[in-house]
Amino acid sequence: MFNYLVQRIGTIVPTLFFVSILIFGLQQLLPGDPALIMAGEDRDENVIRYLREKFHLDEPLPMRYLYWLGGVLQGDLGESLRIQQPVTDLILQKLPVTLQLAAMAMVIALIIGITAGIVSAVLKDTAWDYAANIIALWGLSTPNFWLGIMLILFFSVWLGWLPASGYVSPFEDLKANLASMIMPAFVLGNAIAAVLMRHTRSAMLQVLNADYVRTARAKGLVERVVILKHALRNALIPIITLGALEFGTLLSGAVLTEQVFTIPGFGKLIVDAVFNRDYAVVQGVVLFTATAYITLNLLADLAYFLVNPRLRG
Amino acid sequence: MKLKSVTRSLGLAFAMAAGLASASQAQTLRIGLAEDPDVLDPTLARTFVGRIVFAGLCDKLFDIDEKLNIVPQLATGHEWGSDNKSLTLKLRQGVTFHDGETFDAEAVKFNIERHKTMAGSNRRTELTQVTSIDVVDPYTVKLNLSAPFSPLLSFLTDRSGMMVSPKAAKEAGERFGSKPVCSGPFKFVERIAQDRIVLEKHPGYWNAKDIHFERIVYLPIVDATVRLANLKSGQLDFIERMAASDVPGLRSDNRFKLAKITEIGYQGITINIGKSDLAKGNPLGKDVKVREAFELSLDRQGIVQVVMEGEAQPGNQWVAPDNSFYAKNVPIPKRDVNKAKQLLKEAGVTNPSFTLMTPTTSDAQKIAQVVQAMAKEAGFDVKIQSTEFASSLALADKGQFEAYVLAWSGRPDPDGNVQQFYTCKAPNNYAGYCTEEMDKLITESRTELDPKKRVAIYEKIAALAAKEKPVVYLYHRHWLWAHTTKLSGLRAVPDGMVRVQGLKFN
Amino acid sequence: MTAIPAAPAAVPEELSPGQRALRRLIRRKGAMVGLVLVIAFVAMAILAPWIAPYDPLATSWTAIRKAPSDMYLLGTDELGRDVLSRVIWGARASLLAGVVSVCISLAIGVPIGMAAGYLGRWPDALISRITDAMLACPFLILAIAFAAFLGPSLTNAMIAIGVTATPIFIRLTRAQVLSVKVEDYVEAARAVGNSHLRIAFRHILPNIVAPLLVQATLAIAAAVIAEASLSFLGLGQQPPAPSWGSMLNTAKNYIDHAPWMAIWPGLSIFLLVLSFNLLGDGLRDALDPRHR
Repeated sequence: MFNYLVQRIGTIVPTLFFVSILIFGLQQLLPGDPALIMAGEDRDENVIRYLREKFHLDEPLPMRYLYWLGGVLQGDLGESLRIQQPVTDLILQKLPVTLQLAAMAMVIALIIGITAGIVSAVLKDTAWDYAANIIALWGLSTPNFWLGIMLILFFSVWLGWLPASGYVSPFEDLKANLASMIMPAFVLGNAIAAVLMRHTRSAMLQVLNADYVRTARAKGLVERVVILKHALRNALIPIITLGALEFGTLLSGAVLTEQVFTIPGFGKLIVDAVFNRDYAVVQGVVLFTATAYITLNLLADLAYFLVNPRLRG
Repeated sequence: MKLKSVTRSLGLAFAMAAGLASASQAQTLRIGLAEDPDVLDPTLARTFVGRIVFAGLCDKLFDIDEKLNIVPQLATGHEWGSDNKSLTLKLRQGVTFHDGETFDAEAVKFNIERHKTMAGSNRRTELTQVTSIDVVDPYTVKLNLSAPFSPLLSFLTDRSGMMVSPKAAKEAGERFGSKPVCSGPFKFVERIAQDRIVLEKHPGYWNAKDIHFERIVYLPIVDATVRLANLKSGQLDFIERMAASDVPGLRSDNRFKLAKITEIGYQGITINIGKSDLAKGNPLGKDVKVREAFELSLDRQGIVQVVMEGEAQPGNQWVAPDNSFYAKNVPIPKRDVNKAKQLLKEAGVTNPSFTLMTPTTSDAQKIAQVVQAMAKEAGFDVKIQSTEFASSLALADKGQFEAYVLAWSGRPDPDGNVQQFYTCKAPNNYAGYCTEEMDKLITESRTELDPKKRVAIYEKIAALAAKEKPVVYLYHRHWLWAHTTKLSGLRAVPDGMVRVQGLKFN
Repeated sequence: MTAIPAAPAAVPEELSPGQRALRRLIRRKGAMVGLVLVIAFVAMAILAPWIAPYDPLATSWTAIRKAPSDMYLLGTDELGRDVLSRVIWGARASLLAGVVSVCISLAIGVPIGMAAGYLGRWPDALISRITDAMLACPFLILAIAFAAFLGPSLTNAMIAIGVTATPIFIRLTRAQVLSVKVEDYVEAARAVGNSHLRIAFRHILPNIVAPLLVQATLAIAAAVIAEASLSFLGLGQQPPAPSWGSMLNTAKNYIDHAPWMAIWPGLSIFLLVLSFNLLGDGLRDALDPRHR
């Protein structure tokens, strides 16, 4: 097991290296000249020249990569071309926002997904099975930006119950914060719910037919207790680890959800940065989230290993 | 019975809380912006939306009114030198910066020099003619010019005229934009990128009697539908750049008011007539008759109707037809498909085809589609090439396009809408238009100070430009603002800025 | 997780595994509904020139944003074009976006995944690290970056989505190859002296088709949504050509007074994606006896 651990950790560095090359290359090779965009409408040649120098835009690609990498290894992710703030500052500002959104979305996804999965597995092939399927699949099938706009129209404009957009820090006003996050969290969580439902269902089905469950049934326990106690406990492990892995999907979904609801998190930051050719921001944020994702993966693997005695040794 | 009294007292408590909340709310003005501003440093800033924030944060030497006249703000008067090669400004007394420093002639000198010399300054081209600044006395400053320069005053009504605290600027250096210190009605509190910019009242403001809020919060919300939703649900008091399609719906809602005014910029199609070899490769770039035919195939009013729901003024010059500098000798041509077809025949061209580079913004896309349909009737085959805005800029800069749907945000002085576009090798001259005569005329228009004489020069410029048609101007948008009826005192100035002086909750 | 055998099948007949799978598939009602819908959409896309009442590109200045009526069954859009015709023709773009992207992913991903699984050691390590790197970046961000890099068009969006989804198939193929590699018949084939390529094609590939098929079906669903998302940002199919995603993008500005512009393309995306999801789920149930 120790060997396995060492092996796994050993893969992190090369993976991150490739991530850095991938995202750096994708950004720098984008058509369009950031100095031109930065110089604004007036296109002063002095400004363009100054910006090119400041951000090493005229140097060959490998040199620029090394400048950037050097900075990264010292903890400096560069500066946003657009508002001239350090990328690390921006990340620290927006991390709590996206984290809260992701956490709330995960909770909603777990509630919907696990419930639907249980219902679908226990009441297999009945109308409840299909209904649960459709509800969970609905989230995967609707474009999240679309769902977001419809929800805003319904709950903000027509009913006036919830704010249409914006973000309030939970430390400032918890109620307003929850009110502004509930719709985007729902939109995000919806999509993941389907994935969780599927896995819950299959895990439940497997476990429901297992020997020890049949033994419990034979012992005469009430069916419900049997299901919930034994099956769920064992089915939960892969589901939770899957939840951790879905972090990547959450971030992907957050991109458009934050755009529609104007939540100042990572997703919105990245999209705007791509269109503004704000290289440092995209590179820095993607590197950061990739590192987080890989770490989470590792932790999930570890947890899985530790919890499942059959795989140890 | 107990329940009733409990509910009643609860109700009272809520009402009081709500009253308190609305009372404190009444002191905060929440403005919805269409984009997130860039760096909040007047020397480095380059976005339109940033100027809206500056309107609350930084006062400038002069301002403009609804009729585009120049009015005093930090400067109370001006006088041109006898040879027009100097501009003497009288400054307002009793003005303090947000950090308590006094505003005086030394501060003006510092700021103008900062605009001219700071690395990355976007104001340099506006102040090239200023060679030196003399501090005549603490409240009089003299700008020495290399040549007479009529647009100078209008530049001083925008960022080039904004004055920041010299002490704060020296201390912060490059980082000034993260905590700007100016002398406007409100001072900077905090900024969270893409979320909000918060300003609070500057107690020492010289015109404090016109300021009726404690705080302003600027909230960038890019999606126009969501921005409007925020207004309707009460989270915003004011939004700028409402979508034209939302106008009828808002008119019928009597909780809100609509305000509009024609912009000082324009929307048009720039044609590559000499920027690169691509100009020779297509009939539109080669022959002015083909360009004329193209213009004649367009129904500007129709475009305005379909693209902007009527919320724009058709135009054929860089200033709107009701602008005092509009050249009346070059009126808007009426649509004439037959004449267009005839011109094409004369030019010896059948079914001319060209590529229209179109940024992926919704307005540009709509314009391109309408233009494609209209020009088809005269025999043009317009191919729409959708390009991301950032890429389109780079392509235009290299001349890698045949025609380009491009808008210009506009400047109060007509020079700002002409000089960079028609002067040989000017940075915004994507058309590649270059004639000695035009360069001469433009220089004349900038050195002539008498407005009437300038109008005459612009008439010559318009006539000359019409001979080559490097840009087919389409229309001038209406700035569309919507706000709660509780807000009053809004001044609709064509530059699209939200001036906070006089604005108040009823 | 070790496999726990399901209850024995109720019909002990002499059917081939494929036929048995097909029977299981047909029995799952959800999958059948999905299949029928997919066929309906494909038919709609193919027959578009004949069933669409109007030219989807024909603008009409007098019929701008008209509500559904006898003349325009689903109303018109902001340039006076018939929404119904554009929805019908739009099926082509959405189906293409879904299917072609996944084909690209399969074409690139499967061979690479097979190479990684089969060859092992350093080719595997290299491929796995690159795959991990791509999977560590949020999917939509990569797709946006690729699409921005290539330029806004439907073709480029398909390439972008296809390339971004490739690592999923690499990983899946590799995992399948690894598990099949140690099976007896593969070892036997090698003992007999078959070339690697022959083993790959004749022995390994047929046995990994099932999970690939399931993943591909589900990936088509995700790709259709990805195209809609890219269009929302201005990077997918460009106007005037109809695509449900770009129709939604324009419609969002008129949702208050012309909701029909948004309802129908939105509903179409939903139904198409839902049907692929149902079909994929059904395939997974049918093809993997452990999931019955």
